Amino acid sequence: MTPSGDAELRLRERLGRLSALPLLRGARVSGEAVRLRRQLERLAADTTDEDIWRSVELARHADRPYTMDYVERILDDWVELHGDRSRADDGALVTGLGKLDDRTVALVGHQKGRDVKERLDRQFGMAYPEGYQKAARVMEIAERFGFPVVSLVDTPGAYPGVAAEQHGQGGAIARSQARMARLTVPSVACIVGEGGSGGAIAIALADRVLMQENAIYSVITPEGCAAILWRDAGEARKAAAAFKPDALHCLELGVVDAVVPEPAGGAQNDHDAAAKLLKAALAESLESLDDVPGDELRRSRRAKFRRMGVFATAENAVFPN
Amino acid sequence: MAEARIDVQVEHKHAPPPPERKHPNTCPKCASHYRDDELAEALYVCAHCGHHLPMPARARIEWLADDESFVEEATDVRSDDPLAFFDLRPYAERLAEAELNTGLGEAIVVGQATLDEHPVELAVMDFAFMGGSMGSAVGEKFARACDSAAERGVPLVSVTASGGARMQEGILSLMQLPKTVCAVEELHDAGVPMLTVMAHPTTAGVLASFASLGDVTIAEPGALIAFTGPRVVQQTTREKLPVDFGLAEQNLRFGHLDAILPRGEQRPYLSRVLRLFAR
Repeated sequence: MTPSGDAELRLRERLGRLSALPLLRGARVSGEAVRLRRQLERLAADTTDEDIWRSVELARHADRPYTMDYVERILDDWVELHGDRSRADDGALVTGLGKLDDRTVALVGHQKGRDVKERLDRQFGMAYPEGYQKAARVMEIAERFGFPVVSLVDTPGAYPGVAAEQHGQGGAIARSQARMARLTVPSVACIVGEGGSGGAIAIALADRVLMQENAIYSVITPEGCAAILWRDAGEARKAAAAFKPDALHCLELGVVDAVVPEPAGGAQNDHDAAAKLLKAALAESLESLDDVPGDELRRSRRAKFRRMGVFATAENAVFPN
Repeated sequence: MAEARIDVQVEHKHAPPPPERKHPNTCPKCASHYRDDELAEALYVCAHCGHHLPMPARARIEWLADDESFVEEATDVRSDDPLAFFDLRPYAERLAEAELNTGLGEAIVVGQATLDEHPVELAVMDFAFMGGSMGSAVGEKFARACDSAAERGVPLVSVTASGGARMQEGILSLMQLPKTVCAVEELHDAGVPMLTVMAHPTTAGVLASFASLGDVTIAEPGALIAFTGPRVVQQTTREKLPVDFGLAEQNLRFGHLDAILPRGEQRPYLSRVLRLFAR
């Protein structure tokens, strides 16, 4: 096939998928739908490498709203809960209880810092095992009292330090996922910035997984991937274009259930509007899980993650033996 | 002549460090060299210094499973290339090369067997296949091993050796973490135990998912068991690393392992644990 014919075919396919894009209530009420659609169409029409990199930059934008910015705009009666009851209180992962509309929810979310001091205190949103243990403790409360779990994901990854390893970073991430796989209360996760690798999935094994329009969700940072595969961290753009961490691709691959729109130009331009859209999306997701019995929630959550992945069978393998 | 001199100089200035390419049968620690049959006979452990060399999945299964008892499952599951991933070489080419070099279809081999007459399910990883990395096919095969173990009510013995999630499948590789975690949860709900042997290296995505969820977890001496490896920790944080950073020995000291056992002692240990869990 000619290169241009190939591109056209890809474009048509993309547009076909886009028309099936689940539009959240937030998009409908705010009239964002048309704009979102237009933006996504533009994304599909362009050579996407530039747009993917733009997502990477917006997801890491210094003015992008963080978990606490959303908490104060979305939740009433917020009470932050501190400490993992074993060793420490990890500032990179915020946990607490609050009211979303009229119901109490347990919230866990990564928190980067605004200024240099806060960033250092919160390790740039990279949690220690203690952070995931704190999250597990709060999920325990949610399970006991029937509160839905809301998680907001925004981390470059789990903290890569000596103490973090000694305290069992890998095991903490595994057990945090296992905790979420056992929940019988509804859960919804939203990638609101950087969904970086194990540090992200640790709190994202949820019934509904949403992703903001300009967020990224990836197995490794673009720089990390470039350093390993290209042997040059400067090739991050190429790496991002190759592994496609943007919302549209995550939706196409079935990794997220829906894309949450952001105000024009990105969430950093209008925190209030971004919070309103996020709140509507979270509320709608929780509403859709309202009448589902706990056993059924757990069963279908596990079934959903069991289906994840794309593999071949020997008959049509790329290179059969 | 002058030109030739300049060329030589440039070459020297930019010469990469000499590649430390050792023969796979040469011990990286003491440089003792072995014939294929010697190495296999010694379970790929250096007879001179005790260093544990990587053990191919097939050899490990042949050693762990009773004679003729192994029946492989999920043999038809292979990796696909959903992102049409291309770094310095296409992913499809890397896969083909790995298949040719290892004679395996993927970085994990799963199947039914008996171990000292205890029926078990085996899930054994092979580091030689793209660094034992976990993509969709590895996740699927491990999940099917959990299904098979749960269905038959027999313990799952899993041997891990992996650099982590497979970058070439992007976010889908990350999704193999929750996928395998859910599979282990189902296994545990069925009342079936999982015994884990961590070989060198067990890192990143595999450590942060099913490898850490074993009911009993042992490791091989000197194995690197870390979510983030020493090089990245050093580069990112500039921290001074303890000498045994991330090694099995440190993990045991900090409470993340039940035991460190030389390869030769693992089979009797597993057999004893299986007896305890037998119903």
